[in-house]
Amino acid sequence: MISEHLPVLQVVVPLIAAPICILLRRDDTAWGLATLATWISFIIAGSMFVEVQSAGALSYALGSWPAPWGIQYLVDPLNAFVLLVVSGVSAVVMLFARDSILDELGRERENLFYCAYLLVFAGLLGVTITHDAFNLFVFLEISSLATYVLIAAGRDRRALVASFQYLIIGTIGATFIVLGVGFLYAMTGTLNMADLADRVRAYDTNPAIIVAYAFLVIGATIKLALFPLHLWLPNAYTFAPSMVSAFLAATATKVGFYVLMRFVFTVFGPEFSFDTLSVGLPLAILAIVGIFATSIVAIFQNDVKRMLAYSSVAQIGYMVLGMSLATTTGVAAGLIHLFNHSLIKAALFCSVGCIVYRLGSSHINSFAGAGRRMPWTMAAFCAGGVSLIGLPMTAGFISKWYIILALLERGWWPIAVLLVVSSILAVIYIWRAVEPAYFREPPADAGPVSEAPLVLLTATWILVFANIWFGIETSLNVGGAFAAAESLLSGYAP
Amino acid sequence: MTDDVVLRVLAKQMIPFILLFALYVQFHGDYGPGGGFQAGVLFGAGFMLYGMVFGVTTLERLFPGGAFRIGIAAGVLLYSAVGIAGVLLSGNFLDYNVLAADPKAGQHMGIIVVEFGIGVTVAAVMIAAFYAFARPKA
Amino acid sequence: MDFVDGFATHYNYWIVIILMMTGFYLVIARPNMVKQLVGLSLFQGSMFILYISFAYVTGGSAPIIVEGEQSYANPLPHVLILTAIVVGISTTAVGLALVVRIHQAFGTIEEDEIHDLTRED
Repeated sequence: MISEHLPVLQVVVPLIAAPICILLRRDDTAWGLATLATWISFIIAGSMFVEVQSAGALSYALGSWPAPWGIQYLVDPLNAFVLLVVSGVSAVVMLFARDSILDELGRERENLFYCAYLLVFAGLLGVTITHDAFNLFVFLEISSLATYVLIAAGRDRRALVASFQYLIIGTIGATFIVLGVGFLYAMTGTLNMADLADRVRAYDTNPAIIVAYAFLVIGATIKLALFPLHLWLPNAYTFAPSMVSAFLAATATKVGFYVLMRFVFTVFGPEFSFDTLSVGLPLAILAIVGIFATSIVAIFQNDVKRMLAYSSVAQIGYMVLGMSLATTTGVAAGLIHLFNHSLIKAALFCSVGCIVYRLGSSHINSFAGAGRRMPWTMAAFCAGGVSLIGLPMTAGFISKWYIILALLERGWWPIAVLLVVSSILAVIYIWRAVEPAYFREPPADAGPVSEAPLVLLTATWILVFANIWFGIETSLNVGGAFAAAESLLSGYAP
Repeated sequence: MTDDVVLRVLAKQMIPFILLFALYVQFHGDYGPGGGFQAGVLFGAGFMLYGMVFGVTTLERLFPGGAFRIGIAAGVLLYSAVGIAGVLLSGNFLDYNVLAADPKAGQHMGIIVVEFGIGVTVAAVMIAAFYAFARPKA
Repeated sequence: MDFVDGFATHYNYWIVIILMMTGFYLVIARPNMVKQLVGLSLFQGSMFILYISFAYVTGGSAPIIVEGEQSYANPLPHVLILTAIVVGISTTAVGLALVVRIHQAFGTIEEDEIHDLTRED
C-alpha cells in the first residue's frame, strides 16, 4: 500500500519534519529528526529509482485529481536519477552536519537551522518530482527562501550581504520562470508539463512561445548559476556554514540544471530548442567561456571555499556543454557530471569544513602544515581534488571521458582539446591549497592542532570512497544517465 | 506606547470587529471569496494594531513569542495531517473525497480543516514577523 | 496607427512592462537595500497584474457562481497569483529581516558603503 504513495512521501516526509523541528528542544533531537527524514527520503528515492528502471515512470495524482487538471507527480528516468543524487548526498552531508553546525552556529538557533534545511531539502525534491509547471515555481521558492536563511547563518557578517544579493538575483530568476509559465498558460491553458508539451508543438514559432522560452531558460540559468549569471554564487558559498556549502554545492545548482533540462527537452522538445531556435550554440559558447573564465578566477583566490565556489561555476559549464550537444551521449555526459560533481564538491567542501572546524578559517595560509597535523583530512581533500581534475579511477574522470566522447562524436575536437587544457587549470588551483598543506611549516605561534573528529572524517571519507567507487563501477551513474538521456531524446537526432 | 486617547479608544472598538471579520473570512471561505491566507493576515493585523497602540510588551504578556512558534508549526501539521488522512483512508495524498462517506461532505470537511491550518500558520507567522521587527533589541 | 491601436487594446501589457522596468531599474540602480526590495516587490507585482489581466474574459463577471451569469473570468490564474503573492510577501519579509541584520552588523544599508567596509575584512 505504501509503495504507491512513494512519490508524494518523497516530498512530504521532510516537509512534515520541518515544523516539528521548530518545536523541539535545543539539543541533538532536531539534528536527529532532520537526519532521519533525509535518510527516509534517500531510501524512498532509491526504491523509486529501482522501480523506474524496471517498470517505467511512476505517476501520482495529488488529491486524486486526474493529470491535466490536478497536480501530477511524475517520476521518470531523469528525475529519479536527480532525486537519488540530491537525497543521497544530503544524507551523507547530514552526518557531517551535527558537529560542524554546533561549532559554527551554537545551540541557540540549531533547531531553526534544521527546520530551514529540511525546507530547502523538501523544496529541491519537490522541484524535481513535480510535473506541474507552477508547482515547480512554488517549490523553487520554498527552497530558495530557506536557502537565504541557511546562507545568512554563516559566522562572517559578510554572509548577510551574500544572502541578500542572492535573494535579489534569485527572486528575479524565479519571477522570470513564473513569467515564462504565465505566457505558456496564456497560450495553452494548461500547466501540466506533458500536456504543455503536446500543445506547445501546435504553436510552432509563435512569438509568445518564444518569449516564454526565453524567460524560462534565463530564469533557470540564473538558478543554476551558468556564467555570466553566476555572480551570486561565490559569495554565498564562501560565507555560508561549511555544511551548507557542501549541501548547496551538491544539490541546489544540480536541481537548477534539472529545471533547465526539463523545460528545454520535455516541455519545448529538442526539435524546437535545437533546430528551430538553435540554442545549442549559444549555450555551448557560454559554457566554454564560463569554464575558462571562472577556472582562471579560481586560481587567484586566497580563500579555499571561494576557490571551490568558482570551480563549481566552471563545472556547471561542463554540464551545460554536454547538454548543448543534444546527442544522447552529450546529455548523458551532462547528467553523469551532475552525479559525479555533486560527490566531488560535497567531498571537497566537507574536507574544507574539517579544516575550518579545527583551524577556524578556510584561508590558504591556515592550510600551512595541515598535511602533517590533519593527515586524514588533507588526504580526503587531495582525493577530492584528483577527482575534480579528472584523473583515471575517479568519478571526475568518467564525466570528462563522456563529455569528450560526446564532443568527438559531433566532431568538435578543438573543444575537446580545450577541455583537457581546462583540467590543467583545475590542477593549478587545487595545487595552491595542497602545496602549503604539505610543503610549508605551520605558523610558529599556532597551538597544537589534532585531527578532525571521527564523525566529520567518516562523512568526508564516505564521499571520497563514493568518488572512487563511481570512478570504477559505473553502472549506476552512467547507466542511470543514459536511461534518462534516452527518455529525453527519444526519436530526436541533431 | 502612545498616550493618545482617541487612538486607544478607537483601537479598542475596532479590534474585536477585525478579529470577527477574520473569522468570517476564514469560515465562509468554502462558500464565497475568502480563505486561510486572507483570514490569517486579517487576524494577525488585529493583533498588530493592538501591539502598535498599547505597546509590544503588553502584547507579549498576552501572547508570549513561544506561543507563536507552536502556532506556526501546528497549522502546517494540521494541513499535513489532512493529507495523510487521505492516504490512510485509501485515497491519495490530500484526497478530500474519502474523508467522509459522502464525497461532497468530504470536500467540505477537507477544505475547511486545511484552510484553518493555513489560517493558524499565517496569523502566527504575521505576528511572529511583527515581533521580530518591533521588539526592542536585547 | 498600429502602434496607437496596439496601445489602446493592450494597455494592460504596457502597464505591466512599465511597472516591471521601473522595479528592475530600482533593483539595479539603487545602492539602498530597502529601495532594492521596493523595486523587487514592484517587479513581482507587475507579474501578478499580467496573470490577472489575461485571466479576464470580456464581459465575464467575477468567478463566483451567480444565477443569470453566463460567462466568468478564469479563476485559475487568480489562485496561482494568490500563491505567488504569498511567496512575494515571504520574500519581502526575509529580505527585510536580512536588511535589519545587515544594519546591526554594518551600521548601514547602503551597498556601496558596505562594499567599502567589507574590503577591510
